[in-house]
Amino acid sequence: MEILMAFVIGFLFFAAIYLILSKSLLRIIIGTGLLSHGAHMLILTMGGLGSDAPPVLADGVSNSSMADPLPQALILTAIVISFGVTAFFLVLAYRAYQELKTDNIDEMRGEEHDE
Amino acid sequence: MNSPLLPIIIPFAFAILLMFAPKQLMFQRIGAMIGAILTVGASVWLLQKVATDGIQVVTFGSWPVPYGITMVSDMVSILFVLTSSIITLFAIWYSYRTIGVGREQFFYYPGILLMLVGVNGAFTTGDIFNLFVFFEVLLMASYLLSVLGGEKIQFRESIKYILVNVVSSAFFVITVAMLYSVVGTLNMADIAQKVSEVNQPGILTAIAIMLLVVFGLKAAIFPLFFWLPSSYSGPPLPVLALFGALLTKVGVYAIMRTFTLFFVGDIAFTHTLLLYLSVATIVVGCIGALAVWDVKKIIIYNIVIAVGVILYGIATYNDTGLLGSMFYVVHDMLIKAALFFLVGIIIYITGQTNLKKMGGLMKHYPSLGWLYLIAAFSLAGIPPLSGFIGKMLLVKGGFEAEQTASSIWILLSSLIVLLSVIRIFVYAFWGKEKETTPINRSVYWQLWIPTALLVALTIVYGVGADAVMPYMAKAAETLANPQIYIDAVKGGQ
Amino acid sequence: MKLNNVIMRTMTQMVFFIIFLFSIHIFLAGHFAPGGGFVGGLLMSCAIVLLLITFDLKTVQNLLPINYMVLTASGLALALLTACISAFAGEAFFTHYFDYFTLPLLGKTELHTAMLFDTGVYLVVVGVTMIIIQSIGGDE
Repeated sequence: MEILMAFVIGFLFFAAIYLILSKSLLRIIIGTGLLSHGAHMLILTMGGLGSDAPPVLADGVSNSSMADPLPQALILTAIVISFGVTAFFLVLAYRAYQELKTDNIDEMRGEEHDE
Repeated sequence: MNSPLLPIIIPFAFAILLMFAPKQLMFQRIGAMIGAILTVGASVWLLQKVATDGIQVVTFGSWPVPYGITMVSDMVSILFVLTSSIITLFAIWYSYRTIGVGREQFFYYPGILLMLVGVNGAFTTGDIFNLFVFFEVLLMASYLLSVLGGEKIQFRESIKYILVNVVSSAFFVITVAMLYSVVGTLNMADIAQKVSEVNQPGILTAIAIMLLVVFGLKAAIFPLFFWLPSSYSGPPLPVLALFGALLTKVGVYAIMRTFTLFFVGDIAFTHTLLLYLSVATIVVGCIGALAVWDVKKIIIYNIVIAVGVILYGIATYNDTGLLGSMFYVVHDMLIKAALFFLVGIIIYITGQTNLKKMGGLMKHYPSLGWLYLIAAFSLAGIPPLSGFIGKMLLVKGGFEAEQTASSIWILLSSLIVLLSVIRIFVYAFWGKEKETTPINRSVYWQLWIPTALLVALTIVYGVGADAVMPYMAKAAETLANPQIYIDAVKGGQ
Repeated sequence: MKLNNVIMRTMTQMVFFIIFLFSIHIFLAGHFAPGGGFVGGLLMSCAIVLLLITFDLKTVQNLLPINYMVLTASGLALALLTACISAFAGEAFFTHYFDYFTLPLLGKTELHTAMLFDTGVYLVVVGVTMIIIQSIGGDE
């Protein structure tokens, strides 16, 4: 299972980096979304896979069979944060598109004021 | 028992209050000012409490220590918190006349206060994932502040700024995941103890370098400073002063904390790397500061130099070096904010940022010229101003660590810093007078007063170094002996 | 954008309330079962978005005259105050209190301060999501 997860995470990172390196702003934003998904999967894997009972000490659940609740709490927090940042980024990209009339990151170079 | 939280909760409560009536100009201004004053007051009170009662610890929700989220106020963090709060207070004051009503009515002050929440939280937290959360709080607020106003350059530069920070945040999450899988805890004191128990194997050194990349991006160390000069040239000046004084220092603080608390098992590798990086950071900062003609960018490159100088003290990792770092970082935050304010006044008078098109300001604005000269000398470290003591301790620490060549380089870099800021003085204040559009004198004085007070504060900080030294010594002691921090967190409660 | 689609409009008027009630259910289920303020808030904003798609922005503004910025601020204030309750009581910030009450109709019920905090989260999520959607969808 860990091997499979490693491949999934690796693929997510690969796709994210490919998208972030492209020129279109929208693709870049999708890339950052994929990047954070990859990171969340990594937390899940790093917290240890295999124990599947919910992390509540009920009947028939022992310390060893219950899942680690901490990675889940971390992922939830990270998801909420990346939701907020992505939403902000989208709004900004839209406004920038209206203002600068382009979504091509190549055309957003700063002009050099210095001689 | 909840005292460490006060400098975080007060600005947060005021930010919420201000969100209810964004269009009420006086309400916004006065509310933000009261919030900032109360935060400074709470920080001073907390500083005294930490000085007399020792490290203050609170764990959310009354959980036992390694399980709950801990907030820790030791001397290091409270000094950072106090300095940030003071600078925010001055930035709010300075904003009244420079930022424009449009921004003031569009959540400018809540943005500043929320950024202070994030900054103070990042300085206070004792939990590595919580550090990430507070990083995001301050970054979100900084995104808002950097695009507020909606000029073309702001959009263009904010997109790059956000992209760099989103990627670095993802990297932070990845690193925290790695760290959790190796040590099985997120509480910083607990991590420090576990790392020292297992004697820092190679994997932890790798994680240390990953953390250095994350924090280095925030702190703008070599070679990760590339985003800083262009991103910081976008936002208006009070915001730039806040960013320049506070945001990079959060990264510096995080490096300071992690590389004195967790990763002290393989100093020969990690801290030598830090040493080389700090020297390289100073080199590129010096080149940048001498090469540009834009007054904003000259000061922006000086941020990079200062980050290198502060890191140098952490890299030498002895009592004198750490003491120098602590002393220098507080000095640098204050003086950078003051210099940005001064440059803001120069830009306000001349109406442009290009140094070549300025000249002869000394004739009509001598008060500004002398103030600038004092600030410039203080930045370069001319005794008895505040930069001198920090740098002297840093260099002494370098010699103690037998790093003669790099210590001499730190001294030489002071001369380059002096040259770069005096260049502004020579070109803008001396020479032939250039035509400027007439300005409102009362606005000029309203900008001059907060700036002068801030410069006066740095003078007091330098001249009264004897009074500050016990606090600094205590901070350096905490940094040098991680066990003090660990005992306070794990033994307390 | 205005879709003149009778089936869509009629269905939306019913489905909106179903989603709304479901979001309240998810929100209340939160403490012991999957759910909570964040998910509930997102569901609620989905319901409002459905209204926005079916009718136009102005009609929805008239239907639900809510200032989402004030909604967000109230949510934040509620969450902060709840977290501060324990600080006023002299315990650590965020300390959680609960007790059992006998309520009419519901019988013996467990009430938590976490619930108040979650209400704050619910309001913030609805507010923030709607601000974002309005600022993108606001101008055609």
